[in-house]
Amino acid sequence: MKIDRLALCGNWILARFPLAKVWNEHMTHYYAPRNFNFWYFFGSLALLVLVNQFVTGILLTMNYKPDAKLAFDSVEYIMRDVHWGWLIRYMHSTGASAFFIVIYLHMFRGIMYGSFKQPRELIWIFGMLLFVCLMAEAFMGYLLPWGQMSYWGAQVIISLFSAIPVIGDDLSLWVRGDYVVSDATLNRFFAFHVISVPLVLVMLVFLHIVALHEVGSNNPDGIEIKKYKDEKGIPLDGIPFHPYYTVKDIVGVAVFLIFFATVIFYMPEMGGYFLEHANFIPADPMKTPEHIAPVWYFTPFYAILRAIPDKFAGVIGMGGAIVVLFLLPWLDRNPVKSIRYRSGVYKKALLLLVISFIGLGYLGTQPATPELTMFARILTAVYFGFFLLMPIYTRWEKTKPVPQRVTEQHSFEEQLHTLEEQLPALLDEITELKQGTTSEIGDPAFRSSFFSRRPNAEGIINVMTRVAKKLKESLD
Amino acid sequence: MINEGVDNAKRQFLTSALTVVGAVGTGYLAVPFLAQMQPSVKAMAAGAPVEVDISKIEAGQLIRVAWRGKPVWILNRTPEVIATLKTLDSQLRDPLSKESIQPDYSKNPVRSIKPEIFVAVGLCTHLGCSPTFRPEIAPNDLGDNWKGGFFCPCHGSWFDLAGRVYQGVPAPTNLEIPPYRYITDTLIIVGETTGEKTA
Repeated sequence: MKIDRLALCGNWILARFPLAKVWNEHMTHYYAPRNFNFWYFFGSLALLVLVNQFVTGILLTMNYKPDAKLAFDSVEYIMRDVHWGWLIRYMHSTGASAFFIVIYLHMFRGIMYGSFKQPRELIWIFGMLLFVCLMAEAFMGYLLPWGQMSYWGAQVIISLFSAIPVIGDDLSLWVRGDYVVSDATLNRFFAFHVISVPLVLVMLVFLHIVALHEVGSNNPDGIEIKKYKDEKGIPLDGIPFHPYYTVKDIVGVAVFLIFFATVIFYMPEMGGYFLEHANFIPADPMKTPEHIAPVWYFTPFYAILRAIPDKFAGVIGMGGAIVVLFLLPWLDRNPVKSIRYRSGVYKKALLLLVISFIGLGYLGTQPATPELTMFARILTAVYFGFFLLMPIYTRWEKTKPVPQRVTEQHSFEEQLHTLEEQLPALLDEITELKQGTTSEIGDPAFRSSFFSRRPNAEGIINVMTRVAKKLKESLD
Repeated sequence: MINEGVDNAKRQFLTSALTVVGAVGTGYLAVPFLAQMQPSVKAMAAGAPVEVDISKIEAGQLIRVAWRGKPVWILNRTPEVIATLKTLDSQLRDPLSKESIQPDYSKNPVRSIKPEIFVAVGLCTHLGCSPTFRPEIAPNDLGDNWKGGFFCPCHGSWFDLAGRVYQGVPAPTNLEIPPYRYITDTLIIVGETTGEKTA
């Protein structure tokens, strides 16, 4: 009897709300390609981090005071006196960095497997808007602790607007709400950080997923699984998102949480990269810290800004570095999506992009010496070269034949197994068995023959050239 | 919607009229919404002038005072420094301060009323960091070309000890000079030119 009542109650809702329909459409009857790999964890992980930021953020607002006189102390109050306040704050601050790690990997996946290409251009555009919103959210959140880095970081970034001709100065004044970064700025950033931008973020996530589920996911082979369907209209290479990928994603979540918790509990400041040392000093409008650098996730763009020795051009360069990403679907003229079937030219270009992005990221954390500025200029050219030369080099690319159906890849266990089999032979190659000369032992009583393994220079060189050759092959 | 016997032109006109009126109304409402983010009346009024006693500043010393929440530097320059300033013109972007912000009485090569006392807003004209005071000549980290000046650690802009920007650095113009005047020989007031307040 009781169960019947429950079922009745359920039916009452289902008759009035399309719960089952939505669930089916987006979970149990949403067919995703069956060949998702490691790179496909990061979308769902980004959602997890977003939820983490919402929950911890709301809890933080309960004790935080958005007032220039009280802000710094209220953060310290959260850290010292609020029960578990330190944990919630570290979850929020580490979550910000984790968000960018996950998003950068997610974006790289998209570039690598051509997920931005026709018919998924809109998904990419929504994703890029999400990225821009996320940067705004992170930037405004960073002002709230009202430390030295908060203050001067905000001062620099708001001054970027003043580089715009004609309206620039009035615009930056309007953003700050005062002639310098002040209480007015802090208060409005708080409002934006906790209300406006999160709302936009949620809306964009919704649009991103709606657009994705309309055309279906791309996959590491970069082919459309909807081309080959069975008699029921289900893609032959598709599997229902639930339970297959929900279960797969749980594994990803578990691994992610191990890393996340390790950072929170053992290195919440990450050596000054997640929470900068200078930010533990209250904001002082009279004095800029000796060395100012943004948090690590902004450093590649910051390095571009600094590399260009002209105010307006620098700001254009920094903005352009983000704008070119928006244009990616129209810059890449090659119809082949996945890197697996693209030419060596593209693989090398992508490798250069990764090197320049990480290089710029490193340089952005360093003081601006003339030598490092030169490096930053070269890497800036490489970064823009990847995008702006794309219409040229993607045209005469010699691509490999693209399969009709998704391909089987060696599973991780198989690869591990092969490695296990090869390991003894490899060890034999890089070391040599050496009979110890008895004179090495001082006491005659212990003199007997013994063997020892010593590194074999020739063998190591052989193995290294083999690895290098394989690496080169994989780039062709 | 009933479409029979309808005057379509009239319907179209009403739709357009309503759209226009709605857009105008939204525009009017946007003004207070956007204007409330401007600096408040209180913030605009908070720019009171600051009196500074300069009798205690030794030769070569720099002091910082707050004016409108900004750092203002007052530097007592030595004769050697003033002599060096004249040799730098060819390396500077705007040696005569034609494109920089300063009151007319500071629009000279040393950018001050009295050559030895230099007053400037201590914010880089690039992106608003406060540059560091580096009076020493050719220190290790800045190289042999450094003749003493202000170095912005944020983006590597160089200024000489008259706040004039070097060529080839991100900052576009010389450091801003605030309005100021001498009340007596040892007392200056920052934020005022001739008794009356200036914007």
